[in-house]
Amino acid sequence: MTVTTTGGGPRGTAVSARPAPRRGAGALGVLGRVWLAALALAGWEIGTRQAESVFFPPPSAIAARMYEQWLTGPAGRVFLTDEALETFGPSLARMLGGWLIASVAGVALGLAIGRSRALADYVDPLIEFGRAVPPSALVPLFMVLFAEVTDMQLATVVFGVIWPILINTIDGARYLDRLHTDIAQVFRLSRAQRLFRLMLPAAAPKIVAGLRLGLSLSIILMVVSELVGSTNGFGYELLDSQSLMDMTRLWGIIVVLGILGYVLNTTFLAVERRVLSWHRQAQQTT
Amino acid sequence: MLDVVNLSHTYGTGPKAHHALGGIDLRVAEGELVCVVGPSGAGKSTLLRSIAGLLTPTGGQIRVNDTEVAGTPGDLAVVFQDYSRSLFPWVTVGDNVALPLRRRGKDKAARRAAAAEALAEVGLSGAAGKYPWELSGGMQQRVAIARALAYRPALLLMDEPFGSVDAQTREDLEDLVLKVRDHHRMTVLLITHDIDESVYLGDRVVVLTKAPATIAGELKVDLPSPRDQIATREHPAFVHLRAEVGRLVRGRDEHAPARP
Repeated sequence: MTVTTTGGGPRGTAVSARPAPRRGAGALGVLGRVWLAALALAGWEIGTRQAESVFFPPPSAIAARMYEQWLTGPAGRVFLTDEALETFGPSLARMLGGWLIASVAGVALGLAIGRSRALADYVDPLIEFGRAVPPSALVPLFMVLFAEVTDMQLATVVFGVIWPILINTIDGARYLDRLHTDIAQVFRLSRAQRLFRLMLPAAAPKIVAGLRLGLSLSIILMVVSELVGSTNGFGYELLDSQSLMDMTRLWGIIVVLGILGYVLNTTFLAVERRVLSWHRQAQQTT
Repeated sequence: MLDVVNLSHTYGTGPKAHHALGGIDLRVAEGELVCVVGPSGAGKSTLLRSIAGLLTPTGGQIRVNDTEVAGTPGDLAVVFQDYSRSLFPWVTVGDNVALPLRRRGKDKAARRAAAAEALAEVGLSGAAGKYPWELSGGMQQRVAIARALAYRPALLLMDEPFGSVDAQTREDLEDLVLKVRDHHRMTVLLITHDIDESVYLGDRVVVLTKAPATIAGELKVDLPSPRDQIATREHPAFVHLRAEVGRLVRGRDEHAPARP
């Protein structure tokens, strides 16, 4: 489904019977959507300039600092400085690594548990307990258990992220359409076909929702895990700025984390739209 | 080819138990098209699900080619009533048809060719790349029939296959079933609550009683072939047969002209 935005050409009036696109068209539409953000930014700038507080530097100063700190590197690597690479690299690796491990484990376990009533009855209390434990509470434990700091951080991310993925997958796999399983049995679909052509796609809408929740959790847990005993990454940078009372740098890291979360979520949504296009369309027509 | 011997089934136990089937004996010969009719709730679907191996009957036997089967017989295809749920919405029409053929040891190209051929046979050539939800209800049911055809089953079970489509589509699909059945000499067991349909399609009509279902009677249909939606339905023998079946379904008499 593509929504084409026409700039009121000769056929502009002819198609007026069609439902108007929900979002505004063209440059005016973009302006209509960002004006509030621009206003907020302007307000922030003016407010902080008036206040002249060391704790609240103006956004222009934050942006300048971010640029100087991270984007003044060689052109060959998109201007990223060494400091940027040393911060973003390890943090993203922990976050995405932990999310991937949790995704694979969560989906595999979830499908098995979702398809077996007996197994579900056994492990349900365990899952309920496990998800109720705040992952941050386990950081001290993981610090003792794992000699390597990176392992501790990965474990923290995995442990926090796996629950929504696991629970959503169980839910998706549990309620397969009876007629679909009948078809699979009558036509003797193989185990692999049942898994990849029936269970996974049928559970996909729920699984994807779990993966998205997990992704946003993984940012939080990445930072939390880096606030202890780390020597690089966003969490370490935050602590370091705090101890140096370098508030502009501290704010810069907060802004970057916000941008990172936004970009990840937007990317994920774009992928989701492609992967689940059958689901959206089938919902619309039936 | 198919022998159902003293088949009985009870759902649940104790005072809440529901006796769906009370001892059914049914025989379908090779190449025969048998229609099973009965009042709603007579256990028609229980009978079909038992034969398909989708439920384990509490009593009796099912034999295919003189061998007793437990579970789903190997050479069996089913067309269900609810076409909107019987296809997988996440794969294309072509893949829906081709999916069961993997077990038949065909390579990808052969599976695709077989699917295209079956789709052409039901009048849907060119639809292989579409998704089920892009098709109308009648077309979706054609896809379900194509899936069964491509599978080349020895026995085709149909559970009220045209119960959810409009009248015109229904007639088209009835004639489609007659055509492909003639072409492939398939053995078909079709379940319906529609008396006219059972007489129009069947070589033989078997009538079930209310639950717990037993055989109320059966009638041989000797109408001229090929059948025609207009001419066959005004044939005196058709009118007579449908009256007979109607009486059996209503359970007018215990001493009906049973078992000719």
